[in-house]
Amino acid sequence: MLAIKNLVKEYVPGKPVLRGISLDIEGSDITAIIGPSGTGKSTLIRCINRLVEPTAGEIVFEGRDVVQLSGSELRLARSRIGMVFQEYNLVERLSVMENLLTGCLGKTSAWKAFMRKFDADDICRAWEMLEIVGLTGFANARADSLSGGQRQRVGISRAVMQRPALLLADEPTSSLDPKTSVEIMELLARVAETKNIPVIINMHDVDLARRFAKRIIGMAGGHVVYDGPPDGLSDDVLKTIYGGESWLH
Amino acid sequence: MSAANSLPPMPSPGLQGDGAKVWQRFTLAERLARFSIYFAIVFAVAWSVHSVEVISEFIWDAHVQIADMGQRMWPIAWGFYPKGVHEALIETLNIAAVSTLLGVLMAVPVGFLAARNATPNRFLNYCAKFILVSTRSVNTLLWALFFVAVFGPGALAGTLAIAFHSIGFIGKLFSEAVEDTHKGSIEALTAAGASKLALIQYGYWPQVKPTFWAIALFRWDINVRESAVLGLVGAGGLGMALDTAINLFQWDRVALILVTIFAVVIIAEIVVTEVRKRII
Repeated sequence: MLAIKNLVKEYVPGKPVLRGISLDIEGSDITAIIGPSGTGKSTLIRCINRLVEPTAGEIVFEGRDVVQLSGSELRLARSRIGMVFQEYNLVERLSVMENLLTGCLGKTSAWKAFMRKFDADDICRAWEMLEIVGLTGFANARADSLSGGQRQRVGISRAVMQRPALLLADEPTSSLDPKTSVEIMELLARVAETKNIPVIINMHDVDLARRFAKRIIGMAGGHVVYDGPPDGLSDDVLKTIYGGESWLH
Repeated sequence: MSAANSLPPMPSPGLQGDGAKVWQRFTLAERLARFSIYFAIVFAVAWSVHSVEVISEFIWDAHVQIADMGQRMWPIAWGFYPKGVHEALIETLNIAAVSTLLGVLMAVPVGFLAARNATPNRFLNYCAKFILVSTRSVNTLLWALFFVAVFGPGALAGTLAIAFHSIGFIGKLFSEAVEDTHKGSIEALTAAGASKLALIQYGYWPQVKPTFWAIALFRWDINVRESAVLGLVGAGGLGMALDTAINLFQWDRVALILVTIFAVVIIAEIVVTEVRKRII
């Protein structure tokens, strides 16, 4: 489904942020990537849909190397990968419904998009999605009038509207309170299960990662230093990932 | 990432020999630099005043000249309005409206090309910026002279002159607004596989829309005034009537035209403010 091979990313030549990452993602579970700030978690996840250009390596998604794609082929691949962001990244001045429909832009023809003629089927799915996330009454509300938790639900809905084969989430709960964070994680778990797709989530909250993820990837210094089930996250492993130990107690 | 755990001790540059810690907002070099900037400003002002070569005799009798001019202008020739001003006024407003529309149509694509985030191509950025700077640096009057020479005197020349001069102003402010947009939204739409055109329509446009209308309305306001002056070079509108009246020393008519321009600008200002309040 997704195979990352020897992925290297250097923002500054000679100073790699990712130093040869190899990962295989299958199934329909949540994979959590944890690690200290600045270790390249966001870079890794952004390389998968080429929001960040990889320096070297392969990213094979649905049988094709995303790194080699360009133009409409790249857009097609991107439309198959949903993405959820820490700061929600909604178009603030558009309505909730319009924000959901922007998830379909990858598959809507240029002329229809220009005329704002979205498929009736997409609009139908958008209404269903709003009902699932409990925002039916907010369809015509402007995105900037919503609370953080509501915005993130719109963000997830927009990603689901893409009918993705893979869902990426870059610290989706870092701007939210603990209770809302759990609700958002539950929603992501539900998406993974009902749509039967894998979800890759960057996160800082180790407890939340343990609770929701079936697989944990620990990163440090641009390498994968742990890859396994949450049960294997011993204090020793956490020390390897984050360094130091005073924070553990 | 282990470097974060072994922070070096904080340097203490303010520590003096006697152990008292002092802190100063600027270093000696910074203070010298600031002083020389102030000095340069004072020098530049003094130099400018000197090179303007004010002739004092003209200043001493200025109040006499103003009183004389006021007398010639009073009473204002209100009766002349229907015959000689109204039509010119309508023409001026039309020139302003059409030229703003043309200017906007030409400036928006150039503005998008000039914005580094919307057009990540340095060459196109510089080409667009060159267009913006060059159209702006040529004064409206010069544009008018050019178009009068090409199309002959009249409203068309005036309209094109103002439209071309507007490109630089509208395009520059618009491209800055595009560059100030929230890049996260754009990133999200890119991640959804949106095309360049869809990015502009659904990502950039909703974000720059209020600024766009503010710029367009403000430019219209400026263009009303511009078109009132343009007639001086034979490019139609109120300015033409003004020019004629001045040449014939009909100061009461000049006064009427000035009052008309003033009234139009005030009304434009009120309309623009009201419209802006409603769309932002």
